[in-house]
Formats: sequence, C-alpha cells, structure tokens
Amino acid sequence: MSKPCLTIENMTMAYGDFIIQRDLDFTIERGDIFIIMGGSGCGKSTLLMHLIGLHAPLKGEVWYGQERLWQSDAATRQAILKRTGVLFQSGALLSSMTLAENIALPLAEHTQLGARRIRELASYKLALVGLSGFEDYYPSEISGGMQKRAGLARAMALDPEILFFDEPSAGLDPVSAKLLDDLIRSLRDHLGATIVMVTHELASIFAIGTNSIFLDADSKTMIAQGNPKQLLATTVDPKVLRFLTRGDTDNTVDASY
Amino acid sequence: MTQSYVNEVLCKLDVTLHQETLEVSLVGDWVLEAKTPCLNALLTQMQASSGIKQVVFSTQSLGRWDSLLMTDLIRLIDCGQRQALIVNTSTLPAGIQGLLSLVYAVPERVGARRQLTHRSFFEVVGYMGLRCVKEANALVTFTGEVALSFWALIRGKARFRWVDLALNIQECGPSALPIITLISLLVGLILAFVGALQLALFGAQIYIANLVGLGMTREMGGLMAAIIMSGRTGAAYAAQLGTMQVNSEIDALKTMGFAPMEFLVLPRILALVMVMPLLCLYADLMGMIGGSLVTVGFFDVSWLEYLNRTASSVHLMDLTIGIIKCAVFGVLIALSGCLRGMQCGRSASAVGEAATSAVVTGIVFIVIADSLMTLMCNRLGV
Repeated sequence: MSKPCLTIENMTMAYGDFIIQRDLDFTIERGDIFIIMGGSGCGKSTLLMHLIGLHAPLKGEVWYGQERLWQSDAATRQAILKRTGVLFQSGALLSSMTLAENIALPLAEHTQLGARRIRELASYKLALVGLSGFEDYYPSEISGGMQKRAGLARAMALDPEILFFDEPSAGLDPVSAKLLDDLIRSLRDHLGATIVMVTHELASIFAIGTNSIFLDADSKTMIAQGNPKQLLATTVDPKVLRFLTRGDTDNTVDASY
Repeated sequence: MTQSYVNEVLCKLDVTLHQETLEVSLVGDWVLEAKTPCLNALLTQMQASSGIKQVVFSTQSLGRWDSLLMTDLIRLIDCGQRQALIVNTSTLPAGIQGLLSLVYAVPERVGARRQLTHRSFFEVVGYMGLRCVKEANALVTFTGEVALSFWALIRGKARFRWVDLALNIQECGPSALPIITLISLLVGLILAFVGALQLALFGAQIYIANLVGLGMTREMGGLMAAIIMSGRTGAAYAAQLGTMQVNSEIDALKTMGFAPMEFLVLPRILALVMVMPLLCLYADLMGMIGGSLVTVGFFDVSWLEYLNRTASSVHLMDLTIGIIKCAVFGVLIALSGCLRGMQCGRSASAVGEAATSAVVTGIVFIVIADSLMTLMCNRLGV
C-alpha cells in the first residue's frame, strides 16, 4: 500500500514529571484522515503539539517519512515542519494583519515569489475556503467560523503534505461543521494531503475519519486503533464504545458482559 | 543546492489557435520554485482577437503542479469569463478540476470586497475633527460614569470586592517603592547639582536646601511620582482591562449583574487616589535626601544646617499643595488607564494600543493639570 507518512515510535509525553501518555506507537498513511480522539484532558492536544514540533517528547520519536523530527538539528526540524500546516483551535490568525497578509506571511518568508504572485496565491487560498473578497478584512471583523476557515487557508499557504487540525469544528454550528468536513475531505482528495485531526465531534469522526487512535486518560496510553466505523462495530472496550455512542449504550454494554 | 534546483525547474505555455479554439498546452513542472512564463501576452491575445470562442487545455506534458498553476488558471478563467469565452476545463487533471470547483463553489459575496479609497486632505482633517469630538464625548461619558459609581460607593451601594481594592493598593503602592526611591533620589541629586553650580558663585550653597526642599515638595516629587505611576500602573490598568475585554470577561461580569464600572474601575481608581499622596510624600523625602547627599558631600554644609534650612523654608502649605496635586494626578492616571482599557478592541494589537494610549493620555493630562494648578497657586498667592 502507500508508504507511511508519519510514524510515532514508542513515544512518552510528559509535562515535567507528570506523564500524560506513554508508549504511543502508531502509523499514519499518506492520504489518511487520521483522528486522534479521547475524553477531555487525555492529552489529545498535547500529542498534536508533539507532532508539530512545539513540545519535545520525554522519550520516543516522531518520523516524517524517513526523517526524525526530534533527534534532528533545528534546521532539519524547520525544513520538515515547513511541509506541514496547522489549523489551531481558534484560528490563531495574527490580529494585527489582514487575512491576505496572514496568508502571505509564510509565503514571503519561505518562497522567492513576487508580491503580486503572493497576493494571487492568498486570494486563491481564500477562494478555496469560500472567503473570496475578504482579503483586506482583519480577523476581528469576521465571524468565528470564517476565522477558522481563514486559519485553514493560512495552514495551506505552502501546499503542505500534512495538515494538522486541532478541534476544527469546535464552536461551529452543525451546518458549518459539516461544510468544513466536506472541505477537509475534498482538500485531501484534490491536494493529496494527509490530514491529522484532534476532535471529539462524533459526526465528523464517522463522516470523514479513515483511521484513528483512542487515548485514555486513566491508563495513560492508547487503548484502541482503527477506522472509526469499524471500531464502533467491533470494539469490546467499554470506554471506547461509550465514547463512540455518546454513552447511550451504557446499559447494553453492561448487559452484554 | 536549492539554487541550482530552482534553475532546473522548467515550465512553459504553448498556445495554438485552431479556427475559433485557442489551445493552451501546459508543459513542465508548474511549482512554486519555477519561473513561470508571463501570462499577460496570452491574456492580451484573448482580449484582442474577437475570433476566439473557446479555450481548451492540453496537459499531456504537464509534470508536477501546485498552487502556482492554480493561480494562473484562475486568472485565465476569470479573463475568459469577462470576454464571454467558453473555457473548457474538462481536459485538466481531476485534482485541478476539483480544486477549481471548490474555488468557484462559493461566489464572492456582493459588497464584501473593499475598495481602497483615496481621501483628500480636507476629508482627512474632517475625519480627524470628528474623531476628536468622539474622543471628547467618550471621555466625558466615562468621567460621568465614574462619578456615578463613586456616588454609589458613597451611598454604600457599590458592588466590588474589597480584596480587589487591597490587591490594587498593594500593586500600585509598596510594589512601586523601589523605582520611586531610585528616581526621586536622582531627581533630588540633579536639582541640588544644577542649583549648586549657580549658588556657589555667590557663596550661597546653604540655599540648595531651600531649592531642593521647595522644588521637590511643590513640583518635582508629585510630578515624578505621577509620571512613574502613569507608565507603571496606568499602562497595567489598560492592559488588564483590555485583555479582559478580549476574553469576554467584561461581558461575563455584565451578564452576572455586575457593573464593570463599579467592579473593575472603581477599586482601581480608589487604590491609586489613596496611594498617590503617600507616594508623593515618600518621593519628597527621597528627593531631599538626594539633595542633602550632594550638598553635604561636595559643598561644605553640615547635615544639621541642611536640616534646619529645609525645616525653615518648607512650610506645611508647600507640602499640602504637592500632595493635593499628586492626588489629582492619581485620578487622571487611573481615569485614562481605565478608559483606554474599557475602550479596547478585541484583538492582541488593540491591547497594545490601549496600553500605549493610556500612558500618552495620562502624561498629557498630568502636564496640563500641573500647569493649571501651578497657575492657580500663583494667582492665589499660596
């Protein structure tokens, strides 16, 4: 099949002495929409920070293809991270810049393109997320959903191979969340990007997820892995089942034991 | 390594015209590192020749592509649509077609795009004038609201936490002492030195004590304390309230039935007004100590003489005037800090602007008020 895009090898994450998750071992294939799920406070966002180079693991390694992320020098790490794009939970657009300037920022820094071409690219990325005409707006002048889409446009600025999303549909109405899901899926299809998503939005998980892991806060490790739909059908772990069914099957789980 | 790579990346555009159909062949790698051929010639050809009815693409020799190709295609398609040409994208790779359909899926919202408007000089002056009126209006409104909340305080109906008041006092009082000590000592030293150079010409070094004593109590002690506090506490107030505005904390307080003016602004103003006179007294003392260090150290005056001169030249009235001035400065600093904080927009840059403008407004107010009060004292003969 396709070659692995991202491999997490025996990774333990901690804040100081406090272990968040230990012994994480999984692979993300090219073209996957990979979901990191789990209850609140289990370390989903922390895992994301380890993947995007913001927080070093206590032990273990993140492999981008054949390259190590954490045991490489800073320049290599920068080069690896240039091939990724991140959409933060609240968009994290720089508030003192217009949308076009936000998108132009990485382009101007990492490419040799002229100002006019950069402007065209910014308009194109905004058009992709349905925001044509909003180039000269400041983030504070548009709605939360639009900020999130603009954040996505910025994450895509450098045509990344891997896109990371932290709670993309948090704070969006169901219709907007569905549209964002569709957008993510079509971007994956057309750009050939790999998507890694932290979310606990069940509708999104089942609609677009092709692979997933489930982190557990009590045992501090991953307790399930696989396509979310199959996971729902086959899992016997009560925690995973409760999560995937919003706790509706509490009784049936007990009864089936 | 990358430099040579850039030069190797090649892409070009071949255009052939078959009767009414313009065939555009995309050749090579259309990636961001590539030097692209200029589209303008092609676009002019499309606009100029009326014979063209249709544009088709041929992609047999197209290599890699990314956003660079997309932006050029969008320009082509937009131009074609303006000329009412049929732009046939069906021969493009599926990925490109998918992205194009995304780009054109959401039509541009009418009226959303901003036009860059050029304003004439008079228009700019007019807008500045209007802004001044608005600012003045906001200031008066804010002062009124503060007055109302003080009235509520007097009637015992103001709702705020006394522990907030205590915290604010701690923050703007004792915590500020080190910097006040340093600056006031130095100001006293400077006053003494500058005065001494002139007075020594007449052998009147002993009068340095008068100069420093009166200078510190009537003017410099309060003024320096006020300027330090404006930079320290005024900016902090604006940043605190501004960040609360950004986080919707102020909205949350409103929904819980608290008046932000009473809950947030009142304890801050109260704290500063209570602390400023004390800081002023302290600054006066430090200034006099600074002056005495110079006088005793360099100009052959004993400690006792300096103390006696100071005691006989500085009257209670001088001290009171300085303290009253400083209390007024305290109100002004707290007002401008809180005003800018409450006016703050909802972004990180707005918080920075609020802090800056709090300090600027504070210092302007301080200087204006100081001039007015000095003039008043002069006319009243006190």
